[in-house]
Amino acid sequence: MATEIIVVTSGKGGVGKTTTSASLATGLAMAGKRVAVIDFDVGLRNLDLIMGCERRVVYDLINVIQGEANLNQALIKDKQCENLFVLAASQTRDKDALTQEGVEKVLKDLADMGFDYIVCDSPAGIESGALMAMHFADEALLVTNPEVSSVRDSDRILGMLGSKTKRAIEGKDPIKEHLLITRYNPNRVQDGQMLGLEDIQDILRIKLIGVVPESENVLQASNQGLPAIHLAGTDVSEAYKDVVARFLGEDKPLRFTDAAKPGFFKRIFGGR
Amino acid sequence: MSLLSFLLGEKKKTAAVAKERLQIILAHERSGRNAGKPDYLPALQRELVAVISKYVKINADDLKVHFERQDDLEVLEVKIELPEAAGGK
Repeated sequence: MATEIIVVTSGKGGVGKTTTSASLATGLAMAGKRVAVIDFDVGLRNLDLIMGCERRVVYDLINVIQGEANLNQALIKDKQCENLFVLAASQTRDKDALTQEGVEKVLKDLADMGFDYIVCDSPAGIESGALMAMHFADEALLVTNPEVSSVRDSDRILGMLGSKTKRAIEGKDPIKEHLLITRYNPNRVQDGQMLGLEDIQDILRIKLIGVVPESENVLQASNQGLPAIHLAGTDVSEAYKDVVARFLGEDKPLRFTDAAKPGFFKRIFGGR
Repeated sequence: MSLLSFLLGEKKKTAAVAKERLQIILAHERSGRNAGKPDYLPALQRELVAVISKYVKINADDLKVHFERQDDLEVLEVKIELPEAAGGK
């Protein structure tokens, strides 16, 4: 198959881009695909920590772009998955080192190496790093929290995906956009304290690819440097597995989106 | 919603307020984002002039490209003025 480039983006920080990039890349690799996941957050790299390979970073994306290392030297093989590789962001360089030509060459070389998917973990914001991460994308995962500022920033990013990317500029088929709602709390939605998934879809008007419930397990996973999808039996892991399956074309019903039935006292007195 | 809060006559849920606020601000921001003309217009005009010039002799300013948006409808208008003598029998 031709290499597909996926950007994981959101505009707002702290919504779960890196968590999602790590779990999506891992899930695709577990499905037998050859996957590279690239951290575009130059200066504030974190994907290496979430993937648990921080002590094995020798060369990074900028080293490759500037010709100080080749891709084989810079790609870090994942501990769990045979066919998953991480390309870290530079911690020390200036983000101006991330040139469009440089990024294009890295992506092309990865494609030539036979990768099926390249997952680009975008930095927050709408500066050059975020633009570079989305520029060459074929598909976009828009990570959104059920919260006003995140939804607004996602809308802004949708505008950029439709105007500033290679596909938009060259008038090709538009980037396939998928909405991923994370940190979702069905109980609070039922109580009217949190935007529901229908509300968010109404507003952003793109196709939903999954809902990841708010969970303590995400912290447990990042503590250990283990992508959350590996935490077998947890809701978060199951939700990410569903996302990967849907991404690969399977039809999976939504899970973890219904509120727990309230007990008798709660129904009378309310409160949490 | 609990029975108690129902009996007390609760005010509007905050999630509904959030949705309404988002719909209003995003409608505004989206219209601002697309307010200008699409940025392909100058290139489109140049290329159209080049193509038509292959068959009919026209000047660059004989061809006008105009873009308009009314509510949900977008209209791309291309006006080509042929010189009087052009194509004469």
